[in-house]
Amino acid sequence: MTTATERSVPKPVFTDAEAGAKEFPDSSARRFNYYVPQKRKQTHYEDVTVEVQPDPRHYLAQGWLYGFADGRGGYPLEWTALKAWGSNRPVPSRSPGSGGQGYEWPAHGWHEFRDPNEEWELSLYRYNANVVRQVNANVDAAKQAKAFEQWNPNWVRFVQQHVGAWMHVDHGLGLYLFANANRRGPTNMHNTAMAVNSMHLIRAAQDLALYQLTLDEEIEGFFGAAHLETWNSDPSWQGVREVAERLTAIDDWAEAVFAANIVFQPLVGELFRSQLVMQAAPRNGDFVTPTIVGAEEFDFSERDLRYTAAMFDLLANDREFAEHNNRILNGWLANWVGLTMPAARALQPLWSQPDSKPIRFEDALDRVKSRFAGIVEDLGLELPKELDR
Amino acid sequence: MSRQSVARAHQKIQELSWEPMYHQPVSQYGTDYTFRKAQKKDPLKQVLRSYFPMQEEKDHRVYGASDGAIRGNMFRQVQERWLEWQKLFLSIIPLPEISAARAMPLLFRNVPNPELHNGQAIQMIDEVRHSTIQQNLKRLYMNNYIDPAGFNSSLRNFQNDYCGTIGRQFAEGFITGDAITAASIYLTIVAETAFTNTLFVAMPAEAAANGDYLLPTVFHSVQSDESRHISNGYATLLMALADEGNHQLLERDLRYAWWNNHRVVDAAIGTFIEYGTKDRRKDRESYAEMWRRWIYDDYYRSYLVPLEKYGLVIPHDLIEEAWNQIWNKGYVHEVAQFFATGWLANYWRIDPMTDKDFEWFEYKYPGWYDRYGKWWENYNRLSTPNGHHPIVAEDVDYQYPHRCWTCMVPCLVREDMVMAQVDGQWRTYCHEACRWTDAEAFRPTFQGRNTPNMGQLIGAREWETLYHGWNWADVVKDMGFVRDDGRTMVAQPHLHLDDPKKMWTLDHLRRMGPLQSPNVLLNQMTDEERAAFHASYVRGGPAGRFARSE
Ligand SMILES: [Fe+2]
Ligand SMILES: [Fe+2]
Repeated sequence: MTTATERSVPKPVFTDAEAGAKEFPDSSARRFNYYVPQKRKQTHYEDVTVEVQPDPRHYLAQGWLYGFADGRGGYPLEWTALKAWGSNRPVPSRSPGSGGQGYEWPAHGWHEFRDPNEEWELSLYRYNANVVRQVNANVDAAKQAKAFEQWNPNWVRFVQQHVGAWMHVDHGLGLYLFANANRRGPTNMHNTAMAVNSMHLIRAAQDLALYQLTLDEEIEGFFGAAHLETWNSDPSWQGVREVAERLTAIDDWAEAVFAANIVFQPLVGELFRSQLVMQAAPRNGDFVTPTIVGAEEFDFSERDLRYTAAMFDLLANDREFAEHNNRILNGWLANWVGLTMPAARALQPLWSQPDSKPIRFEDALDRVKSRFAGIVEDLGLELPKELDR
Repeated sequence: MSRQSVARAHQKIQELSWEPMYHQPVSQYGTDYTFRKAQKKDPLKQVLRSYFPMQEEKDHRVYGASDGAIRGNMFRQVQERWLEWQKLFLSIIPLPEISAARAMPLLFRNVPNPELHNGQAIQMIDEVRHSTIQQNLKRLYMNNYIDPAGFNSSLRNFQNDYCGTIGRQFAEGFITGDAITAASIYLTIVAETAFTNTLFVAMPAEAAANGDYLLPTVFHSVQSDESRHISNGYATLLMALADEGNHQLLERDLRYAWWNNHRVVDAAIGTFIEYGTKDRRKDRESYAEMWRRWIYDDYYRSYLVPLEKYGLVIPHDLIEEAWNQIWNKGYVHEVAQFFATGWLANYWRIDPMTDKDFEWFEYKYPGWYDRYGKWWENYNRLSTPNGHHPIVAEDVDYQYPHRCWTCMVPCLVREDMVMAQVDGQWRTYCHEACRWTDAEAFRPTFQGRNTPNMGQLIGAREWETLYHGWNWADVVKDMGFVRDDGRTMVAQPHLHLDDPKKMWTLDHLRRMGPLQSPNVLLNQMTDEERAAFHASYVRGGPAGRFARSE
């Protein structure tokens, strides 16, 4: 890469090229006029996100230029089984003299999705920089207060093995599910939201890994690589691992996001983070781990779940394909709850490992199930019977 | 964090990657390359704990500069000639950026080294950053620059304008086709390593020289992420080279990617830098001089050539030919002249060249005036409506060019035009290398070898064909390049805004003859007519002149 060499700059000249200096057609037309905002006014987020990824159904007159070996280019809508209104209309065909018109914007309902978190460059760096600062500050404060000295050996073991094992879930889903999905959604709004979700998880994985590095330094006998063995062979974790891997194997991008954020995270993620680690830690003299795990919990419950719910809510209430979508979503729900519940149950032995016990496993499970039921109900979907098997 | 703790942190996060035991991640993108699994080092060594605050800090500087530019009335000294071209550039570039983000997953399953995936994920989010920060810059221009037309309709314009289509290769080439061809060779090895220098270093310098110090702030911030991406590409390239079976594909892809990037990027950035500037000091470098230093010396001599010893076949001939095109064949001048010929089909205003510009061109490119001077004098003469047509429909000894079917820039260096019947259609190509790309490289077999994962060139690739037989007023209306009075055009071949009589409207276009697609006409010819047409076309030029009758 070449670095910029200083270049001399000519003296500034007065050009008067400022807004409002003259009046002429369009002189006050200062808003992006190619999309309709979700609410009354165009937001900053919409301005930097909407329509960056083109669509041959409305403006992209010459169509996609490069295709895969099968001739499909761009972002095929068929990459998910779900449909938004207008999806079935054909891409306008071009021929000599056809002109370049497509359907009126938006050509289909996928374009109506807006990330309620309004994530773009500025927001995502600000948010994540704040999280890492907060996590660092908590760990530093704990080091100075010698807070780790109060941990009993069983809790040390618990953190090195089980809190450690969770980083693999974050890392695997962050990369192979969410980062992967950022190539597959039909609009820039979908793909950007999923890319941001991916960074939350990859960051959370690193937060946990680096936390272990600190514990290695601070706690005698802390074995920083213990999480590898737990992840690879502890029977309590193999169910979670099996489901996590299965999630990364899903071809349909919407199913992958749905299964991860609507099913797996509430039933396994929140069970482990909120109902086990956050409950057990303080009772065992650990006030630091909950702040790190809590940062991740906040990512999920306040941001990732939020955009996911908005995304599927739109589809569940689609003006043309609501029934089609609900049938598919209910199918996914039953299937993934069926696959996930055994993994959640397999974690049960973890509840008896700390000296001071957290709330009972069954109570914890009841809590996440009722939280899950609320999410499902908000989406207007059916609570699958697999939940109680 | 100290260097030592960064190293330890990086070491630690290597523990995060794991091999699946129960299910393999989904495999959605094919490649004909093969990779051997080997322990690799993550070339980035980037830990998010330091990455996020670092990027946030860079943002502070960018957004601080944005506020400062507005408070300091920067637009009182910005050259309109320059900023008008930003309507084109900033309509294109957010898509290549976001496409680079989208390209990263193409590598996950195909480069089986989890150590590299961390760097690819960081590149993904870097690219989200670039796309939205550029989109934001454009929004700021729309709000604060005298003429918002063209900025305000940016992403619609870009999608239906032929210049946007040319630029779109620089995005779609990253995300479709053979995964390694696209996301590694085209994107990182050629587009980022070679051509971001002209995009993000040369362009900003020119912006500053034209009174815009905001664009440099944004683009230097973007460029500061680029060295990471170049390391990603380099690591993947070395792995690909380790397998002898890949060498033939690497040779193919480097030829295609190099030539296409040259055709597309040099066309656009060359035009901005040479024809979009008011800085005519003789000591400022020309695009050709910058190209020689940054692309020829820094990329070709210093980056590519050393890779020859690992078995990389470098397209020496095409690199020399790109230089030949820029230096001897006037590639950038031909493109700028074509853009100006077709000003009416665009969404920005193109300032005529003045004597001062002529002098500079003649100094930097001896012989320029003899070739292009007369035409630009005509452009100036025809720039405000006075009973005549836009220059494209006036007799100025300019033969409207045929499109290159591959790179979609027209066949401007007339002598190089190649014609071939491919997939049942007579196509024209700007150069043999573009014919080869279509007819030989993007095919399911290559030199007798099966390449089932190679992509295809698709789409309605000649813009003119869409409007064959249309009145020009309807063409411009169909594309939406009209101002809010419903008749004044967004594009103008001059910079006067204050005199309505100088502004071209749809009514002026209504009087012109219909637009004709050169490719449709070509396919209607008999074989003899076509042969005669080709023989005459390649004798035409420079500057688009018709062939002199013998
Ligand atoms: Fe970039
Ligand atoms: Fe070409």
